[in-house]
Amino acid sequence: MARIGVFICHCGENISATVDCEKVAKVASEFPGVTVSVDYKYMCSDPGQNMVKEAILEHNLTGVVVSACSPRMHEPTFRNACAEAGLNPFLCEMANIREHCSWVHEKSDATTDKAIDIVRTLVEKVKRNEALAPIYVPITKTAVVIGGGVAGIQASLDIADAGHKVVLVEREPSIGGHMSQLSETFPTLDCSQCILTPRMVDVARHPNITLYTYAEIESVDGSIGNFNVKIRLKSKSLDEKLCTGCGACIQKCPVKKIPSEFEQGLGKRTAIYVPFPQAVPNKPVIDRVNCTYYIKGKCKVCEIVCPTKAIRFDQEDSFVEVQAGALLLATGFDVLKTNFFPEYGYGKYEDVIDGLAFERLASASGPTKGEIRRPSDGEIPKKIVFIACAGSRDPAKGIEYCSKICCMYTAKHAMLYKHKVHEGTPYIFYMDIRATGKMYEEFVRRAIEEDEVKYIRGRVSQVYEKNGKLIVRGVDTLLMGQAVEIEADMVVLATAGIASPGSEELAQKLHVSYDKHKFFSEAHPKLKPVETNTAGIFLAGACQSTKDIPETVAAASAAASKVAGLFSNDLLKRDPLIAVVKKCAPPLYSSCTGCFMCIPVCPYQAIDKEEIKDRSGNIIKTISHINPGLCQGCGTCVAFCKSKSIDILGYNHDQVCAEVEALLNEW
Amino acid sequence: MQKKIGYYPGCSLEGSSREYSESVVTLANAFDVELVQVPDWNCCGATAAHNLNSILSFSLPARILAKAQEAEMDTIVVPCAACYNRLTMVQHELKKDDALRAEVNGIIEAELKCDIKILNIVQFIQMFVADFVASKQQFLFDKKVACYYGCLLVRPHDVLDFDRTEDPQSMDEVMKSLGANPIDWPFKTECCGAGMSVSRTDIVGRLSGRIVKEAADRGAEAIIVACPMCHSNLDMRRPALEKAMGEKLTIPVLYISQAIDMALGKSQKESGINRHFVPVNISLQNKVAAPQVVLEKTEEN
Repeated sequence: MARIGVFICHCGENISATVDCEKVAKVASEFPGVTVSVDYKYMCSDPGQNMVKEAILEHNLTGVVVSACSPRMHEPTFRNACAEAGLNPFLCEMANIREHCSWVHEKSDATTDKAIDIVRTLVEKVKRNEALAPIYVPITKTAVVIGGGVAGIQASLDIADAGHKVVLVEREPSIGGHMSQLSETFPTLDCSQCILTPRMVDVARHPNITLYTYAEIESVDGSIGNFNVKIRLKSKSLDEKLCTGCGACIQKCPVKKIPSEFEQGLGKRTAIYVPFPQAVPNKPVIDRVNCTYYIKGKCKVCEIVCPTKAIRFDQEDSFVEVQAGALLLATGFDVLKTNFFPEYGYGKYEDVIDGLAFERLASASGPTKGEIRRPSDGEIPKKIVFIACAGSRDPAKGIEYCSKICCMYTAKHAMLYKHKVHEGTPYIFYMDIRATGKMYEEFVRRAIEEDEVKYIRGRVSQVYEKNGKLIVRGVDTLLMGQAVEIEADMVVLATAGIASPGSEELAQKLHVSYDKHKFFSEAHPKLKPVETNTAGIFLAGACQSTKDIPETVAAASAAASKVAGLFSNDLLKRDPLIAVVKKCAPPLYSSCTGCFMCIPVCPYQAIDKEEIKDRSGNIIKTISHINPGLCQGCGTCVAFCKSKSIDILGYNHDQVCAEVEALLNEW
Repeated sequence: MQKKIGYYPGCSLEGSSREYSESVVTLANAFDVELVQVPDWNCCGATAAHNLNSILSFSLPARILAKAQEAEMDTIVVPCAACYNRLTMVQHELKKDDALRAEVNGIIEAELKCDIKILNIVQFIQMFVADFVASKQQFLFDKKVACYYGCLLVRPHDVLDFDRTEDPQSMDEVMKSLGANPIDWPFKTECCGAGMSVSRTDIVGRLSGRIVKEAADRGAEAIIVACPMCHSNLDMRRPALEKAMGEKLTIPVLYISQAIDMALGKSQKESGINRHFVPVNISLQNKVAAPQVVLEKTEEN
């Protein structure tokens, strides 16, 4: 005879504001098989959990229904509590009357009735639940880190230093990401390359790290502990083992006028190239779109000059497969192209550039060797106007969120300009100054007070060219909305930070969720900031939302510690909610007829055949067998089984039917 | 074969900007389009109505739309940018707001379907003129021109869904097809001062003066407009503009329909150009003449 305990949570007012919890408890107490039914303000709190435990002991309960929030939230909490009181955790079920009821309905009797229905279905299910034991699977202690910017570099080093293997995959020819393009970094103005490039070298040298550049994720399957990752190694047209990185090919390549991606188009590169001199690995790739040989079928100058004969024109993309226990996403961000802001003249006037291009102008290794010279004629600009929020916080034309990093880097840009061009005047048009990090506000004050950056609070309506000057028309909202016109020599747009191209495709390959801006979603915005909703896949840095370097590095280390935590166990405990082939007493042994329809439909190749033998070893019957280590509990085989011989533990036919019947039958 | 479409001239085109109406009718006739006026039309309310009374500002254009609907017009052309803006905005608002539509229907005693296609002058040209202009064109409009769109033709984009709000291109494209060289200039959608024309000509002088001077400074030989208000500010108020700018400004201002009329070889009277305050001293080259010049040069070489 079932003895079920029902525990109705008010969740503060989250549930009780629209659901009459007392009534739910009272009605539930009359359900057949319910021994105890109570309500409480915070069931997940210590006293709440104790109520559950005491009831189990006092009434010798055979099942527990906690009627509260989503099982995603607190199912583990209550199952642990039950286990502590000696009840098998799989005899505890969550009835979700918050997300599925109180949050989505107005206060009314109907809402309360719905909550009662939800509780009733779970009571009927839990009556049929069986005690289950968790299963354990071995963990492959290798992490695949996707993206080799500062986030991927930091995470890889942290995981590798903890003693685990790391495979770092980067789609560009070099690791380094956007940080390697930056000149100096706020708020300390230390040189970006000086702090990053040694870390890049560490990655290349670390015995625990395997680095694949110019590579992309082809496919991922498996699950936490045991992912199978297929990586496409794009052809570099080069035998990397032979190449010494001497650079002769780069010097002799006749195609020299390709706008360099690394220099934001301000510099040029050759068709065989390394993105920048400090690249890791410092070995070139051939850009087949621009290479004369691939266009016209002849040239091969690089092959002729290569002293080690490392060029391979016929090299094709290859693939490697990696077994990994965890994946870490660190694919970074991009900046919004401002083509849809014709009023700023980006793309029309050479001297209207974006923030990343200004970084290259200010960088000692940049196209101007760190001198601030405008792109059109190489003159040193006497007035630069910086426009903050070019696209950010602009739901009409750009994106509605704050890109977060622009206030600081714009202050830095203005400061660097002033440091290099003492007689120059920097102006910054801004909406608000958001300088909330450590030493950030002080940094902005320094820009205003010591470096005399002219901050104008207001928006720019138009930038146009007249007599060789860029006329910037805007408004100063602190001067009662007075119109302002500045004759500038150069304009720098702090364009919005957006998700890296290809993010959506990658998210779909990995089955991680992403938001409407294509940034990857964390499992919980406060409590699980570096986890995704997919177990075993973690997030770091600006692929989640735009972040500055300190935040990115902190997130990367956090994600790495999560991976190291996962790898600290040899076995991974998994819920036993997997498919099993039902067996029964002889002479039938199993209702499985051996049609084996289930084998080809299983997406995880978890099903094989099992021979049932008598004591003398004669085969009586061959039936399906499901490997518990591989089964993910998806249920495809259950749907395909004609003789209803397969069940998902915890969700078997009886349990699910009982739920449906409880919902349909009015009592 | 004559095509018939609805025509809402609005008050300006009956009064101070009758030359605009004349040129549009001339243009339509040249391309075998008969413009049928919306019967018993009224004022669209312009700026005045929506400053005074919101429901009036909906009801006035709604009545026009109802009259067009009654006359079974599925498309109407509205050359005045302000009228075009009001009619399109009102149809949009009434379409999405059932309660408002019911209220307005009660006032104007009609059942609005809100499915009339409302064309501005540039859309009219794109639909009925652009494809055939090459065959009928007699003169090349081989001039540098500044296309001036004003405020109301392209904004708000969400509702009008016409061209770009910043740096629009549709008029430039039309002028290019006539052989003109439209300049790239920054004041395409700058405010001309609009209704201040009556009350504060000094403000119009400053705002419009800046527009005209910029066009002239960049070497334009004509300003091309598509709005009667813009035209009267740039043309009729020229003395005030010159006073504000402190210099003589002689650049003429043409409606886009007049520019096409000129290229078709229509007289100044037919296209209403004779009514302008700033004289239009533009002589166009014969269309066939231009290739001949090129041929001669080739022979010399």
